[in-house]
Amino acid sequence: MDFITIVQILDSTIRLAVPLLLACLAGLFSERAGIFDIGLEGKMLAAAFMSGAVAYTTGQVWIGLLAGIGASLLLSGIHGLASITFRGNQLISGVAINFLAAGLSVVIAQDWFGQGGRTPNISGDARFNGITLPGADAIESTPFIGPIYEELLSGHTIIVYIAFLTVPLTWWILFKTRFGLRLRAVGENPAAVDTAGVSVVGLRYAAVGICGILTGLAGAYLATALQAGFVKDMTAGRGFIALAALIFAKWRPWYALSACLLFGFLQAVALRFQNIDLGLVELPVQFMDALPYILTVIILAGFVGKAIPPRAGGQPYVKER
Amino acid sequence: MERMPKWADVVLIPLISLLLAAILSALVILAIGESPVEALKLMVSGALGSTYGWGYTLYYATNFIFTGLCVAIAFHARMFNIGGEGQALLGGLGVAIVLLYIPWPHWTIALIAAIVAAGAFGAAWAAIPAYLQAKRGSHIVITTIMFNFIAAALLNWALVGPLKAPGQEPATSSFPEATHLPTLGDVFGVFGIEWSHAAPANVSFFIAILACFALWALIWRTRLGYEIRAFGHSEPAARYAGISPTRIIMIAMLISGALAGCMAINNVQGEAERLVLNAAEGAGFIGIAVALMGRSHPFGVFLAAVLFGFLYQGGAELALWMNIQRELIVVIQALVILFTGALDNMIRMPLEKLFVAAGRQPPAPDRKSTSAEGAQ
Repeated sequence: MDFITIVQILDSTIRLAVPLLLACLAGLFSERAGIFDIGLEGKMLAAAFMSGAVAYTTGQVWIGLLAGIGASLLLSGIHGLASITFRGNQLISGVAINFLAAGLSVVIAQDWFGQGGRTPNISGDARFNGITLPGADAIESTPFIGPIYEELLSGHTIIVYIAFLTVPLTWWILFKTRFGLRLRAVGENPAAVDTAGVSVVGLRYAAVGICGILTGLAGAYLATALQAGFVKDMTAGRGFIALAALIFAKWRPWYALSACLLFGFLQAVALRFQNIDLGLVELPVQFMDALPYILTVIILAGFVGKAIPPRAGGQPYVKER
Repeated sequence: MERMPKWADVVLIPLISLLLAAILSALVILAIGESPVEALKLMVSGALGSTYGWGYTLYYATNFIFTGLCVAIAFHARMFNIGGEGQALLGGLGVAIVLLYIPWPHWTIALIAAIVAAGAFGAAWAAIPAYLQAKRGSHIVITTIMFNFIAAALLNWALVGPLKAPGQEPATSSFPEATHLPTLGDVFGVFGIEWSHAAPANVSFFIAILACFALWALIWRTRLGYEIRAFGHSEPAARYAGISPTRIIMIAMLISGALAGCMAINNVQGEAERLVLNAAEGAGFIGIAVALMGRSHPFGVFLAAVLFGFLYQGGAELALWMNIQRELIVVIQALVILFTGALDNMIRMPLEKLFVAAGRQPPAPDRKSTSAEGAQ
């Protein structure tokens, strides 16, 4: 394998890791506040559809992005309503949201565009285009550094850079601000937060809202940056891989970055090569597809360091009996 | 603590949830410029208007009975098994292996062998998440989701690799003629009843009904069923009573996985008569809606499964005759899960208040006497 191939795979790793990373951080906010969210997939899908559809209709990708975030926030609202206000089962609510998005996106897309549940291809201003970092063209021919800068770091869409900046931002919000401290506390011991006079409901809604914005970004990235338009079921399990990455990262932002890069790398390798020959055994491509899930089960089993979720996760908070 | 009569909990709440889901679905149909009344008429005539339609409705219902029971038995032990889809896929693998590599003289024996294989494969796929939950405390919801994806990858591999029949398609070759199950048309034909032979509903439907009875007897008529329910109501109490959590989790999940796996006798042996990609077609997830709607009772599961069978067949008709995608059924399914599962309290709370108010209404002095009793 030559140097340029490695750079290309890493480049593809970055592009594939971004939706995972955004969704993973979205889940991080939600679950740190004690709201389990297996509806990441559905929210991404809804955002992907709305952003693709609106970007195509208006020709403006930024309006599309806002619409995508709006769709995702709407589903977040439903999740909040079910799991915070009505103290329902958060897992069941997440399942419902996944199906709601999977069904509605296709039904509406067919009605809107009549192309069998997809949006037409988008291009130009209706799509996020790559940004060439300053000096990328000049440095291109330099050996080693050239390809790394030009191919790997430059030429991505704005959302890629936003996604990577979200990691330190998330860390800062969660661990360096009062809001973050309270948010984490509400996921560990909501009664204590309530005693301190801070609204549990308010904090949890805020967390679910942030989750909606981030999944909205992730979905919009899929439809308007990674690909040119929405197609049916385009999230293809990414919401669940993000969930896996979240467990892998033990609910921490920087670990989330490494987990998402790892899973993005696995996807990039599976995309580039079909079966991988390791000399003794040949790894089928399906094994690469399943690897994130297998790794997560191993982590969950606690064989390689234990993943302990936020203590109050999944439990509705009842103020008084 | 009985705030509501039992019938309200068992019948009224699911019906109101269903009504809300139906109203919202009608709004969706209206929004895309079609008539909900026309759509409903088409669904009823397409799914229930002929024995052909019924044949499809009952075929789908058979799938959903198995997956619904799968989720229901897990619910009784307060486990949420989202892995029905993967377990059903593995059941299909078991059925395919048994039917392809062993020559069976007659379908009856082949069916028994297929049930055993499907159940064993499905149970095995549930066993790992169950063990990890019981022994290592890994959240069963997450592990079963992961196992769905691993199952899909495993089947993709098997169907393009070792099990693939010659040709382009990723599928096994057809099962031998002797293993083909009689359709309901064949069965009713024996009794001289006219019934469509083209529809895929087959004898597995009766196996599914038997499974309902068996599960009912297990849950409410055996010691094990009592232990499962006790564990589901309160783990500390069950533990105190000497019930082993590990044992209950393992047994409940093994039964659950076996039931999901058994779906394969219907869709793989009964309908496709070979193993194809994505054979379960999401039935494992519909089991969640069916179990919630049926309040985890085998009879409720049966009714809800027939209802979803109707929705599925009706939805196919909609896609055929109107500009409504089949995915509308996924929307309805989502709404049913949302209202009967997650937003249960939204319907329950006002209803409870209503019943409490209705119960207190009659004579005013009554209230005084009860409060006086309370004070003593």
